[in-house]
Amino acid sequence: MTITEKILARAAGLDSVSPGDFVTARLSLVLANDITAPISLREFRGMGATQVFDPERVVLVADHNTPNKDIQSAENTKLLRDFAREQGLPHFYESQDGGIEHIIVPDKGLALPGDVIIGADSHTCTYGALGAFATGVGSTDAAAGMALGETWLRVPETMKFVFTGRLRPWVSGKDLILYTIGKIGVDGARYRAMEFAGPVLEGMEMAGRFTMCNMAIEAGGKCGIIAPDQTTLQWLEGRSDREYRVFASDADAEYVEVFEWDTTDIEPQVAFPHLPENTRGLSEVGEVKIDQAVIGACTNGRLEDLRVAAGILKGRKVAPGVRCLVFPGSAEVHLQATREGIVETLLEAGCAVSMPTCGPCLGGHSGCLAHGERAIATTNRNFVGRMGHPKSEVYLASPAIAAASAILGKIAGPDEL
Amino acid sequence: MPIHGHAHKYGDHVDTDVIIPARYLASSDADELAAHCMEDIDADFVEKVEPGDVIVAGRNFGCGSSREHAPLAIKTAGIGAVIAESFARIFYRNALNIGLPIIESEEAAQGIQSGDEVEVDLESGVIHNLTRGQDYHFPPLVGPAAELVEAGGLRQLVSRRLAGRG
Repeated sequence: MTITEKILARAAGLDSVSPGDFVTARLSLVLANDITAPISLREFRGMGATQVFDPERVVLVADHNTPNKDIQSAENTKLLRDFAREQGLPHFYESQDGGIEHIIVPDKGLALPGDVIIGADSHTCTYGALGAFATGVGSTDAAAGMALGETWLRVPETMKFVFTGRLRPWVSGKDLILYTIGKIGVDGARYRAMEFAGPVLEGMEMAGRFTMCNMAIEAGGKCGIIAPDQTTLQWLEGRSDREYRVFASDADAEYVEVFEWDTTDIEPQVAFPHLPENTRGLSEVGEVKIDQAVIGACTNGRLEDLRVAAGILKGRKVAPGVRCLVFPGSAEVHLQATREGIVETLLEAGCAVSMPTCGPCLGGHSGCLAHGERAIATTNRNFVGRMGHPKSEVYLASPAIAAASAILGKIAGPDEL
Repeated sequence: MPIHGHAHKYGDHVDTDVIIPARYLASSDADELAAHCMEDIDADFVEKVEPGDVIVAGRNFGCGSSREHAPLAIKTAGIGAVIAESFARIFYRNALNIGLPIIESEEAAQGIQSGDEVEVDLESGVIHNLTRGQDYHFPPLVGPAAELVEAGGLRQLVSRRLAGRG
Protein backbone atom coordinates (compact mmCIF):
# COMPACT_ATOMS: atom_id res chain seq x y z
CA MET A 1 0.00 0.00 0.00
CA THR A 2 0.97 3.65 -0.37
CA ILE A 3 1.42 5.85 2.70
CA THR A 4 -2.00 7.41 2.01
CA GLU A 5 -3.69 4.00 1.86
CA LYS A 6 -2.00 2.87 5.08
CA ILE A 7 -3.10 5.97 6.97
CA LEU A 8 -6.69 5.66 5.76
CA ALA A 9 -6.80 1.92 6.49
CA ARG A 10 -5.69 2.49 10.07
CA ALA A 11 -8.18 5.32 10.61
CA ALA A 12 -10.95 3.11 9.22
CA GLY A 13 -9.95 0.13 11.39
CA LEU A 14 -9.16 -2.01 8.34
CA ASP A 15 -6.17 -4.18 7.46
CA SER A 16 -5.98 -2.79 3.97
CA VAL A 17 -7.77 -0.50 1.53
CA SER A 18 -7.59 0.03 -2.22
CA PRO A 19 -8.21 3.09 -4.39
CA GLY A 20 -11.93 3.53 -4.99
CA ASP A 21 -12.99 2.03 -1.64
CA PHE A 22 -15.35 4.12 0.47
CA VAL A 23 -14.24 4.18 4.10
CA THR A 24 -15.37 5.83 7.32
CA ALA A 25 -12.26 7.30 8.90
CA ARG A 26 -11.78 8.43 12.51
CA LEU A 27 -10.57 12.02 12.55
CA SER A 28 -7.45 13.21 14.34
CA LEU A 29 -8.37 16.86 13.87
CA VAL A 30 -11.13 19.04 12.43
CA LEU A 31 -10.39 22.63 11.47
CA ALA A 32 -12.32 25.69 10.30
CA ASN A 33 -11.64 29.41 9.91
CA ASP A 34 -13.54 32.68 10.26
CA ILE A 35 -15.02 32.42 6.74
CA THR A 36 -16.00 28.76 6.79
CA ALA A 37 -16.76 28.18 10.49
CA PRO A 38 -19.84 30.43 10.70
CA ILE A 39 -21.62 28.05 8.28
CA SER A 40 -20.15 25.04 10.11
CA LEU A 41 -21.50 26.23 13.43
CA ARG A 42 -24.93 26.93 11.93
CA GLU A 43 -24.97 23.42 10.44
CA PHE A 44 -23.61 21.87 13.66
CA ARG A 45 -26.61 23.21 15.55
CA GLY A 46 -28.92 22.41 12.67
CA MET A 47 -27.81 18.78 12.92
CA GLY A 48 -28.98 18.77 16.50
CA ALA A 49 -25.40 18.44 17.79
CA THR A 50 -24.68 19.92 21.18
CA GLN A 51 -21.09 18.87 21.88
CA VAL A 52 -18.02 18.44 19.70
CA PHE A 53 -16.61 14.90 19.64
CA ASP A 54 -13.39 15.98 21.38
CA PRO A 55 -12.61 19.59 22.36
CA GLU A 56 -8.85 18.96 21.95
CA ARG A 57 -9.35 17.97 18.34
CA VAL A 58 -11.46 20.82 17.03
CA VAL A 59 -9.41 23.84 15.96
CA LEU A 60 -10.83 27.24 15.04
CA VAL A 61 -8.59 29.93 13.56
CA ALA A 62 -9.69 33.48 12.71
CA ASP A 63 -7.23 34.39 9.95
CA HIS A 64 -9.01 35.33 6.73
CA ASN A 65 -10.84 38.56 7.42
CA THR A 66 -8.69 39.38 10.46
CA PRO A 67 -7.68 41.72 11.94
CA ASN A 68 -11.45 42.07 11.61
CA LYS A 69 -11.82 44.14 8.46
CA ASP A 70 -15.38 45.23 9.12
CA ILE A 71 -18.28 44.77 11.49
CA GLN A 72 -19.51 41.58 9.85
CA SER A 73 -16.05 40.03 10.13
CA ALA A 74 -15.87 41.03 13.78
CA GLU A 75 -19.23 39.29 14.32
CA ASN A 76 -17.86 36.16 12.61
CA THR A 77 -14.78 36.05 14.81
CA LYS A 78 -17.04 36.55 17.82
CA LEU A 79 -19.13 33.55 16.75
CA LEU A 80 -15.98 31.41 16.76
CA ARG A 81 -14.77 32.82 20.07
CA ASP A 82 -18.15 32.22 21.75
CA PHE A 83 -18.38 28.68 20.38
CA ALA A 84 -14.84 27.92 21.59
CA ARG A 85 -15.77 29.15 25.05
CA GLU A 86 -19.06 27.25 25.13
CA GLN A 87 -17.42 23.99 24.00
CA GLY A 88 -14.23 24.43 26.00
CA LEU A 89 -11.99 24.35 22.92
CA PRO A 90 -8.38 25.03 23.88
CA HIS A 91 -7.39 25.65 20.27
CA PHE A 92 -9.08 28.84 19.18
CA TYR A 93 -6.69 31.41 17.77
CA GLU A 94 -7.21 35.01 16.74
CA SER A 95 -4.52 37.63 17.26
CA GLN A 96 -2.37 36.75 20.25
CA ASP A 97 -0.51 33.52 19.65
CA GLY A 98 -2.35 33.19 16.36
CA GLY A 99 -1.69 33.48 12.69
CA ILE A 100 -2.50 31.73 9.45
CA GLU A 101 -4.08 28.35 10.16
CA HIS A 102 -1.77 26.25 7.98
CA ILE A 103 1.30 27.80 9.56
CA ILE A 104 0.20 27.55 13.20
CA VAL A 105 -1.46 24.11 13.15
CA PRO A 106 1.83 22.31 12.34
CA ASP A 107 3.96 24.76 14.35
CA LYS A 108 1.90 24.13 17.49
CA GLY A 109 2.15 20.37 17.06
CA LEU A 110 -1.56 19.95 16.33
CA ALA A 111 -0.99 17.97 13.11
CA LEU A 112 1.16 14.87 13.37
CA PRO A 113 2.36 11.99 11.18
CA GLY A 114 -0.28 9.35 10.52
CA ASP A 115 -3.18 11.69 11.32
CA VAL A 116 -6.37 11.98 9.31
CA ILE A 117 -7.32 15.66 9.23
CA ILE A 118 -10.16 17.52 7.55
CA GLY A 119 -10.34 21.27 7.41
CA ALA A 120 -12.88 23.68 6.02
CA ASP A 121 -10.16 25.30 3.96
CA SER A 122 -8.79 23.88 0.75
CA HIS A 123 -5.15 24.33 1.82
CA THR A 124 -5.57 21.89 4.68
CA CYS A 125 -3.52 19.59 2.43
CA THR A 126 -0.44 21.45 3.74
CA TYR A 127 -0.09 18.99 6.66
CA GLY A 128 0.71 16.16 4.27
CA ALA A 129 4.29 17.42 4.60
CA LEU A 130 4.31 15.72 8.01
CA GLY A 131 3.15 12.38 6.62
CA ALA A 132 -0.49 12.96 7.58
CA PHE A 133 -3.56 12.54 5.37
CA ALA A 134 -5.05 16.03 5.33
CA THR A 135 -7.70 17.33 2.99
CA GLY A 136 -9.98 20.31 2.50
CA VAL A 137 -13.74 20.00 2.89
CA GLY A 138 -16.69 22.37 3.01
CA SER A 139 -18.29 23.83 6.09
CA THR A 140 -20.99 21.18 6.46
CA ASP A 141 -18.49 18.33 6.23
CA ALA A 142 -16.42 20.06 8.90
CA ALA A 143 -19.57 20.40 11.05
CA ALA A 144 -20.32 16.69 10.67
CA GLY A 145 -16.69 15.95 11.59
CA MET A 146 -16.97 18.10 14.70
CA ALA A 147 -20.16 16.31 15.74
CA LEU A 148 -19.19 12.72 14.89
CA GLY A 149 -15.40 12.57 14.94
CA GLU A 150 -15.43 10.71 11.66
CA THR A 151 -16.02 11.28 7.98
CA TRP A 152 -16.48 9.25 4.81
CA LEU A 153 -13.70 9.23 2.26
CA ARG A 154 -13.08 7.61 -1.06
CA VAL A 155 -9.57 6.14 -1.04
CA PRO A 156 -7.70 8.06 -3.74
CA GLU A 157 -5.36 6.73 -6.39
CA THR A 158 -1.82 8.01 -5.82
CA MET A 159 0.46 9.82 -8.26
CA LYS A 160 4.13 9.76 -7.34
CA PHE A 161 6.53 12.61 -8.12
CA VAL A 162 10.20 11.80 -7.73
CA PHE A 163 12.70 14.67 -7.79
CA THR A 164 16.35 13.87 -8.44
CA GLY A 165 19.42 15.92 -9.26
CA ARG A 166 20.62 19.22 -7.83
CA LEU A 167 18.66 22.37 -7.14
CA ARG A 168 19.75 25.40 -9.11
CA PRO A 169 20.32 28.66 -7.23
CA TRP A 170 17.07 30.25 -6.00
CA VAL A 171 15.01 27.14 -6.79
CA SER A 172 12.83 26.16 -3.82
CA GLY A 173 9.88 23.96 -2.96
CA LYS A 174 7.63 26.67 -4.44
CA ASP A 175 9.32 26.33 -7.81
CA LEU A 176 9.06 22.53 -7.76
CA ILE A 177 5.33 22.57 -7.01
CA LEU A 178 4.67 25.27 -9.62
CA TYR A 179 6.67 23.21 -12.12
CA THR A 180 4.61 20.13 -11.22
CA ILE A 181 1.30 21.98 -11.67
CA GLY A 182 2.56 23.38 -14.96
CA LYS A 183 3.31 19.86 -16.16
CA ILE A 184 0.09 18.12 -15.10
CA GLY A 185 -2.40 21.01 -15.14
CA VAL A 186 -4.86 22.35 -12.57
CA ASP A 187 -6.91 19.16 -12.75
CA GLY A 188 -3.99 16.81 -13.36
CA ALA A 189 -4.29 15.27 -9.91
CA ARG A 190 -8.05 15.65 -9.49
CA TYR A 191 -9.33 13.28 -6.73
CA ARG A 192 -5.82 11.83 -6.35
CA ALA A 193 -3.09 11.80 -3.71
CA MET A 194 0.17 13.47 -4.75
CA GLU A 195 3.14 11.76 -3.14
CA PHE A 196 6.42 13.68 -3.33
CA ALA A 197 9.69 11.80 -2.94
CA GLY A 198 13.29 11.49 -4.10
CA PRO A 199 16.71 12.76 -3.03
CA VAL A 200 15.79 16.42 -3.55
CA LEU A 201 12.88 16.08 -1.11
CA GLU A 202 15.12 14.26 1.37
CA GLY A 203 17.45 17.26 1.35
CA MET A 204 14.63 19.81 1.69
CA GLU A 205 13.77 21.51 4.97
CA MET A 206 10.21 21.35 6.32
CA ALA A 207 9.29 24.85 5.12
CA GLY A 208 9.75 23.82 1.48
CA ARG A 209 7.84 20.58 2.05
CA PHE A 210 4.88 22.46 3.55
CA THR A 211 4.89 24.77 0.52
CA MET A 212 4.78 21.82 -1.87
CA CYS A 213 1.94 20.01 -0.11
CA ASN A 214 0.07 23.31 0.33
CA MET A 215 -0.40 23.62 -3.42
CA ALA A 216 -1.46 20.01 -4.12
CA ILE A 217 -5.01 21.40 -4.33
CA GLU A 218 -3.89 23.68 -7.17
CA ALA A 219 -3.47 20.52 -9.25
CA GLY A 220 -6.86 19.27 -8.02
CA GLY A 221 -5.19 16.87 -5.56
CA LYS A 222 -7.09 15.41 -2.63
CA CYS A 223 -3.89 15.52 -0.61
CA GLY A 224 -0.18 16.07 -0.93
CA ILE A 225 1.99 13.78 1.13
CA ILE A 226 5.65 13.22 1.99
CA ALA A 227 6.82 10.26 4.09
CA PRO A 228 8.39 11.41 7.37
CA ASP A 229 12.18 11.14 7.66
CA GLN A 230 14.84 12.40 10.09
CA THR A 231 14.16 16.01 9.06
CA THR A 232 10.47 15.56 9.94
CA LEU A 233 11.13 13.85 13.26
CA GLN A 234 13.67 16.47 14.33
CA TRP A 235 11.27 19.25 13.37
CA LEU A 236 8.55 17.61 15.50
CA GLU A 237 10.70 17.38 18.63
CA GLY A 238 9.16 19.23 21.54
CA ARG A 239 6.01 20.20 19.64
CA SER A 240 3.52 17.65 20.98
CA ASP A 241 3.02 14.98 23.62
CA ARG A 242 0.47 13.18 21.48
CA GLU A 243 1.61 9.84 20.10
CA TYR A 244 1.95 9.51 16.37
CA ARG A 245 2.59 6.83 13.76
CA VAL A 246 5.07 7.10 10.96
CA PHE A 247 4.09 5.40 7.70
CA ALA A 248 5.89 4.96 4.41
CA SER A 249 4.80 3.51 1.09
CA ASP A 250 5.72 -0.12 0.46
CA ALA A 251 8.28 -0.88 -2.23
CA ASP A 252 5.52 -2.61 -4.21
CA ALA A 253 2.88 0.08 -3.66
CA GLU A 254 0.75 0.76 -6.72
CA TYR A 255 0.71 4.18 -8.34
CA VAL A 256 -1.61 5.38 -11.04
CA GLU A 257 1.25 7.45 -12.50
CA VAL A 258 4.91 8.03 -11.62
CA PHE A 259 6.86 11.11 -12.74
CA GLU A 260 10.59 11.45 -12.28
CA TRP A 261 12.14 14.86 -12.87
CA ASP A 262 15.74 16.02 -12.72
CA THR A 263 15.70 19.35 -10.91
CA THR A 264 19.02 20.30 -12.48
CA ASP A 265 16.87 21.30 -15.47
CA ILE A 266 14.34 23.35 -13.48
CA GLU A 267 14.75 27.12 -13.17
CA PRO A 268 12.72 29.40 -10.87
CA GLN A 269 9.07 29.30 -11.93
CA VAL A 270 6.44 32.01 -12.39
CA ALA A 271 2.73 31.20 -12.88
CA PHE A 272 1.04 33.73 -15.15
CA PRO A 273 -2.61 34.78 -14.81
CA HIS A 274 -5.18 33.33 -14.43
CA LEU A 275 -4.35 29.72 -13.58
CA PRO A 276 -1.52 28.23 -11.50
CA GLU A 277 -0.74 25.90 -14.42
CA ASN A 278 0.37 28.82 -16.63
CA THR A 279 3.97 28.41 -15.50
CA ARG A 280 7.11 29.65 -17.25
CA GLY A 281 10.75 29.41 -16.36
CA LEU A 282 12.10 32.78 -15.20
CA SER A 283 14.15 33.16 -18.39
CA GLU A 284 10.94 33.04 -20.42
CA VAL A 285 9.00 35.64 -18.44
CA GLY A 286 9.98 38.70 -20.47
CA GLU A 287 9.28 42.26 -19.32
CA VAL A 288 6.44 42.22 -16.79
CA LYS A 289 6.19 45.37 -14.68
CA ILE A 290 4.56 45.11 -11.25
CA ASP A 291 2.68 47.41 -8.90
CA GLN A 292 2.81 45.20 -5.83
CA ALA A 293 4.75 42.31 -4.33
CA VAL A 294 3.17 40.17 -1.62
CA ILE A 295 5.36 37.94 0.51
CA GLY A 296 3.56 35.65 2.94
CA ALA A 297 0.43 33.44 3.02
CA CYS A 298 0.02 29.81 4.08
CA THR A 299 2.21 28.95 1.10
CA ASN A 300 5.28 31.03 1.93
CA GLY A 301 4.81 32.87 5.24
CA ARG A 302 7.32 30.83 7.24
CA LEU A 303 10.46 32.13 8.89
CA GLU A 304 12.63 30.46 6.23
CA ASP A 305 10.70 32.35 3.53
CA LEU A 306 11.19 35.69 5.28
CA ARG A 307 14.91 34.96 5.70
CA VAL A 308 15.25 34.45 1.96
CA ALA A 309 13.35 37.66 1.19
CA ALA A 310 15.32 39.68 3.75
CA GLY A 311 18.62 38.30 2.45
CA ILE A 312 17.79 39.73 -0.96
CA LEU A 313 16.27 43.02 0.25
CA LYS A 314 19.09 43.77 2.72
CA GLY A 315 20.81 47.00 1.80
CA ARG A 316 18.53 47.51 -1.18
CA LYS A 317 15.32 49.46 -1.79
CA VAL A 318 11.92 48.53 -3.11
CA ALA A 319 11.45 50.20 -6.51
CA PRO A 320 9.69 53.60 -6.47
CA GLY A 321 5.96 53.17 -6.99
CA VAL A 322 5.99 49.50 -5.97
CA ARG A 323 4.33 48.32 -2.78
CA CYS A 324 6.08 45.40 -1.12
CA LEU A 325 3.81 43.89 1.54
CA VAL A 326 5.19 41.25 3.88
CA PHE A 327 2.94 39.11 6.06
CA PRO A 328 4.69 36.88 8.61
CA GLY A 329 2.61 33.70 8.85
CA SER A 330 2.09 33.80 12.60
CA ALA A 331 2.74 35.83 15.72
CA GLU A 332 5.59 33.42 16.49
CA VAL A 333 7.13 33.88 13.02
CA HIS A 334 6.74 37.65 13.43
CA LEU A 335 8.52 37.54 16.81
CA GLN A 336 11.38 35.41 15.50
CA ALA A 337 11.71 37.60 12.42
CA THR A 338 11.93 40.62 14.71
CA ARG A 339 14.59 38.97 16.87
CA GLU A 340 16.67 38.03 13.84
CA GLY A 341 16.59 41.58 12.48
CA ILE A 342 14.51 40.51 9.47
CA VAL A 343 11.70 42.95 10.20
CA GLU A 344 14.15 45.84 10.47
CA THR A 345 15.84 44.84 7.20
CA LEU A 346 12.48 44.68 5.43
CA LEU A 347 11.33 48.03 6.82
CA GLU A 348 14.61 49.69 5.86
CA ALA A 349 14.19 48.36 2.34
CA GLY A 350 10.80 50.05 2.14
CA CYS A 351 8.52 47.06 2.71
CA ALA A 352 5.40 47.20 4.85
CA VAL A 353 5.37 44.43 7.45
CA SER A 354 1.86 43.53 8.55
CA MET A 355 0.13 41.29 11.05
CA PRO A 356 -0.39 37.68 9.97
CA THR A 357 -3.49 37.37 7.79
CA CYS A 358 -4.83 35.66 4.66
CA GLY A 359 -6.26 39.05 3.59
CA PRO A 360 -4.37 39.91 0.40
CA CYS A 361 -4.10 36.36 -0.93
CA LEU A 362 -7.83 36.10 -1.50
CA GLY A 363 -8.49 39.75 -2.21
CA GLY A 364 -10.24 40.19 1.10
CA HIS A 365 -8.32 43.17 2.49
CA SER A 366 -4.84 44.56 3.24
CA GLY A 367 -3.48 44.60 -0.28
CA CYS A 368 -6.31 44.48 -2.83
CA LEU A 369 -5.44 45.42 -6.41
CA ALA A 370 -7.12 48.12 -8.52
CA HIS A 371 -8.27 47.80 -12.14
CA GLY A 372 -5.27 46.97 -14.34
CA GLU A 373 -2.82 46.49 -11.47
CA ARG A 374 -0.37 43.64 -11.36
CA ALA A 375 1.17 41.80 -8.42
CA ILE A 376 3.80 39.17 -7.94
CA ALA A 377 2.90 37.06 -4.94
CA THR A 378 4.17 34.10 -2.97
CA THR A 379 0.53 33.04 -2.53
CA ASN A 380 -1.06 30.02 -4.19
CA ARG A 381 -3.80 31.25 -6.55
CA ASN A 382 -3.95 33.68 -9.46
CA PHE A 383 -7.57 33.26 -10.57
CA VAL A 384 -9.56 36.15 -12.07
CA GLY A 385 -10.12 38.72 -9.31
CA ARG A 386 -8.25 36.69 -6.74
CA MET A 387 -6.39 39.68 -5.25
CA GLY A 388 -8.95 42.35 -6.00
CA HIS A 389 -10.38 43.83 -9.18
CA PRO A 390 -11.42 41.25 -11.82
CA LYS A 391 -9.18 43.16 -14.26
CA SER A 392 -6.09 42.87 -12.04
CA GLU A 393 -3.38 40.22 -12.41
CA VAL A 394 -1.48 37.95 -10.03
CA TYR A 395 1.78 36.18 -10.87
CA LEU A 396 2.83 33.40 -8.50
CA ALA A 397 6.45 32.81 -7.52
CA SER A 398 8.82 32.11 -4.62
CA PRO A 399 9.90 34.63 -1.95
CA ALA A 400 13.27 35.05 -3.72
CA ILE A 401 11.65 36.03 -7.00
CA ALA A 402 9.05 38.24 -5.28
CA ALA A 403 11.76 40.09 -3.33
CA ALA A 404 13.97 40.63 -6.39
CA SER A 405 10.95 41.75 -8.40
CA ALA A 406 10.00 44.28 -5.72
CA ILE A 407 13.46 45.85 -6.00
CA LEU A 408 13.50 45.95 -9.80
CA GLY A 409 9.82 46.84 -10.29
CA LYS A 410 9.38 44.00 -12.74
CA ILE A 411 9.42 40.23 -12.52
CA ALA A 412 13.04 39.21 -12.10
CA GLY A 413 15.37 36.93 -10.20
CA PRO A 414 18.04 37.85 -7.63
CA ASP A 415 20.79 37.26 -10.20
CA GLU A 416 19.60 40.33 -12.09
CA LEU A 417 20.28 42.62 -9.15
CA MET B 1 -40.18 16.87 -10.25
CA PRO B 2 -37.95 17.44 -13.26
CA ILE B 3 -35.67 20.47 -13.38
CA HIS B 4 -36.67 22.61 -16.35
CA GLY B 5 -35.07 25.77 -17.72
CA HIS B 6 -32.41 27.28 -19.92
CA ALA B 7 -28.68 26.65 -20.00
CA HIS B 8 -25.95 29.11 -19.04
CA LYS B 9 -22.70 27.80 -20.45
CA TYR B 10 -19.11 28.40 -19.28
CA GLY B 11 -15.66 26.98 -20.05
CA ASP B 12 -13.13 24.89 -18.16
CA HIS B 13 -11.82 25.47 -14.61
CA VAL B 14 -14.57 27.81 -13.38
CA ASP B 15 -13.14 28.48 -9.91
CA THR B 16 -14.92 29.26 -6.66
CA ASP B 17 -13.38 32.76 -6.63
CA VAL B 18 -15.43 33.72 -9.67
CA ILE B 19 -18.51 31.80 -8.50
CA ILE B 20 -18.49 33.93 -5.35
CA PRO B 21 -15.60 36.40 -4.87
CA ALA B 22 -13.95 36.45 -1.45
CA ARG B 23 -14.84 40.11 -0.96
CA TYR B 24 -18.39 38.94 -0.18
CA LEU B 25 -17.45 36.09 2.15
CA ALA B 26 -17.85 37.99 5.38
CA SER B 27 -21.49 37.00 4.88
CA SER B 28 -22.86 33.50 5.05
CA ASP B 29 -26.39 34.64 4.18
CA ALA B 30 -27.56 32.68 1.15
CA ASP B 31 -29.50 35.57 -0.44
CA GLU B 32 -26.62 38.04 -0.08
CA LEU B 33 -24.23 35.53 -1.62
CA ALA B 34 -26.60 34.70 -4.47
CA ALA B 35 -26.80 38.40 -5.39
CA HIS B 36 -23.11 38.28 -6.44
CA CYS B 37 -22.99 34.80 -7.96
CA MET B 38 -20.67 34.55 -11.02
CA GLU B 39 -20.36 38.35 -11.24
CA ASP B 40 -16.65 38.38 -12.11
CA ILE B 41 -17.09 36.29 -15.26
CA ASP B 42 -20.71 37.02 -16.14
CA ALA B 43 -21.91 40.34 -14.75
CA ASP B 44 -25.56 39.78 -15.82
CA PHE B 45 -25.83 36.24 -14.44
CA VAL B 46 -28.11 37.04 -11.53
CA GLU B 47 -30.54 39.02 -13.69
CA LYS B 48 -30.63 36.36 -16.40
CA VAL B 49 -31.26 33.31 -14.23
CA GLU B 50 -34.81 31.97 -13.95
CA PRO B 51 -35.65 29.30 -11.38
CA GLY B 52 -34.91 25.89 -12.88
CA ASP B 53 -32.14 27.06 -15.19
CA VAL B 54 -28.95 25.00 -15.35
CA ILE B 55 -25.25 25.84 -15.46
CA VAL B 56 -23.30 23.87 -18.05
CA ALA B 57 -19.51 23.88 -17.96
CA GLY B 58 -16.35 22.12 -19.06
CA ARG B 59 -13.68 20.45 -16.97
CA ASN B 60 -12.93 20.91 -13.27
CA PHE B 61 -15.93 23.09 -12.36
CA GLY B 62 -15.64 24.58 -8.86
CA CYS B 63 -11.87 24.31 -8.52
CA GLY B 64 -10.03 26.30 -5.89
CA SER B 65 -11.25 27.19 -2.45
CA SER B 66 -13.42 24.98 -0.24
CA ARG B 67 -15.98 27.73 0.30
CA GLU B 68 -19.42 26.16 0.57
CA HIS B 69 -20.67 29.67 -0.18
CA ALA B 70 -20.13 28.76 -3.87
CA PRO B 71 -22.73 25.99 -4.29
CA LEU B 72 -24.96 27.85 -1.83
CA ALA B 73 -24.86 30.99 -4.02
CA ILE B 74 -25.57 28.96 -7.17
CA LYS B 75 -28.49 27.10 -5.59
CA THR B 76 -30.01 30.23 -4.06
CA ALA B 77 -29.65 32.14 -7.35
CA GLY B 78 -32.22 29.68 -8.73
CA ILE B 79 -30.02 27.19 -10.56
CA GLY B 80 -31.67 23.76 -10.63
CA ALA B 81 -28.57 21.73 -11.50
CA VAL B 82 -24.94 22.05 -12.56
CA ILE B 83 -23.85 19.87 -15.48
CA ALA B 84 -20.12 19.66 -16.26
CA GLU B 85 -17.54 17.46 -17.92
CA SER B 86 -15.89 17.10 -14.50
CA PHE B 87 -15.96 18.71 -11.07
CA ALA B 88 -13.33 19.67 -8.51
CA ARG B 89 -13.78 17.27 -5.60
CA ILE B 90 -14.48 19.68 -2.74
CA PHE B 91 -17.13 21.51 -4.76
CA TYR B 92 -18.72 18.20 -5.75
CA ARG B 93 -18.93 17.08 -2.15
CA ASN B 94 -20.24 20.46 -1.00
CA ALA B 95 -22.97 20.43 -3.63
CA LEU B 96 -24.14 16.97 -2.50
CA ASN B 97 -24.03 18.09 1.13
CA ILE B 98 -26.29 21.08 0.57
CA GLY B 99 -28.62 19.46 -1.96
CA LEU B 100 -27.55 21.18 -5.20
CA PRO B 101 -28.08 18.61 -7.99
CA ILE B 102 -24.84 18.01 -9.83
CA ILE B 103 -24.26 15.88 -12.92
CA GLU B 104 -21.01 14.77 -14.48
CA SER B 105 -21.62 14.17 -18.19
CA GLU B 106 -19.13 14.96 -20.92
CA GLU B 107 -21.74 14.30 -23.58
CA ALA B 108 -24.28 16.70 -22.08
CA ALA B 109 -21.68 19.33 -21.22
CA GLN B 110 -20.50 19.38 -24.81
CA GLY B 111 -23.90 18.95 -26.49
CA ILE B 112 -25.81 21.66 -24.63
CA GLN B 113 -25.25 25.23 -25.83
CA SER B 114 -25.99 28.48 -24.02
CA GLY B 115 -29.68 29.25 -24.13
CA ASP B 116 -30.79 25.68 -24.89
CA GLU B 117 -33.97 24.59 -23.14
CA VAL B 118 -33.26 21.51 -21.04
CA GLU B 119 -35.12 19.22 -18.71
CA VAL B 120 -33.25 17.13 -16.14
CA ASP B 121 -34.82 14.02 -14.66
CA LEU B 122 -32.62 13.00 -11.74
CA GLU B 123 -34.56 9.84 -10.97
CA SER B 124 -34.34 8.30 -14.38
CA GLY B 125 -30.87 9.72 -15.09
CA VAL B 126 -31.62 11.58 -18.28
CA ILE B 127 -31.15 15.13 -19.54
CA HIS B 128 -33.47 16.14 -22.40
CA ASN B 129 -32.19 18.90 -24.65
CA LEU B 130 -35.55 20.22 -25.93
CA THR B 131 -33.91 22.74 -28.25
CA ARG B 132 -31.81 20.16 -30.09
CA GLY B 133 -33.94 17.07 -29.57
CA GLN B 134 -31.09 15.21 -27.87
CA ASP B 135 -31.09 13.00 -24.76
CA TYR B 136 -28.05 12.47 -22.55
CA HIS B 137 -28.01 9.65 -20.02
CA PHE B 138 -26.02 9.66 -16.81
CA PRO B 139 -25.42 6.84 -14.30
CA PRO B 140 -26.97 6.84 -10.82
CA LEU B 141 -24.85 7.94 -7.85
CA VAL B 142 -23.33 5.22 -5.68
CA GLY B 143 -22.05 4.90 -2.11
CA PRO B 144 -22.15 7.83 0.31
CA ALA B 145 -23.12 10.24 -2.49
CA ALA B 146 -26.35 8.30 -3.08
CA GLU B 147 -27.08 8.23 0.66
CA LEU B 148 -26.61 12.00 0.84
CA VAL B 149 -29.02 12.66 -1.99
CA GLU B 150 -31.53 10.22 -0.56
CA ALA B 151 -31.40 11.94 2.85
CA GLY B 152 -31.65 15.42 1.30
CA GLY B 153 -28.17 16.52 2.43
CA LEU B 154 -25.54 16.01 5.09
CA ARG B 155 -27.32 17.98 7.79
CA GLN B 156 -30.29 15.62 7.52
CA LEU B 157 -28.06 12.53 7.49
CA VAL B 158 -26.11 13.52 10.60
CA SER B 159 -29.27 14.69 12.29
CA ARG B 160 -30.74 11.20 11.91
CA ARG B 161 -27.62 9.57 13.24
CA LEU B 162 -27.45 11.82 16.29
CA ALA B 163 -31.17 11.26 16.99
CA GLY B 164 -30.56 7.50 16.70
CA ARG B 165 -27.90 7.69 19.41
CA GLY B 166 -30.66 8.95 21.71
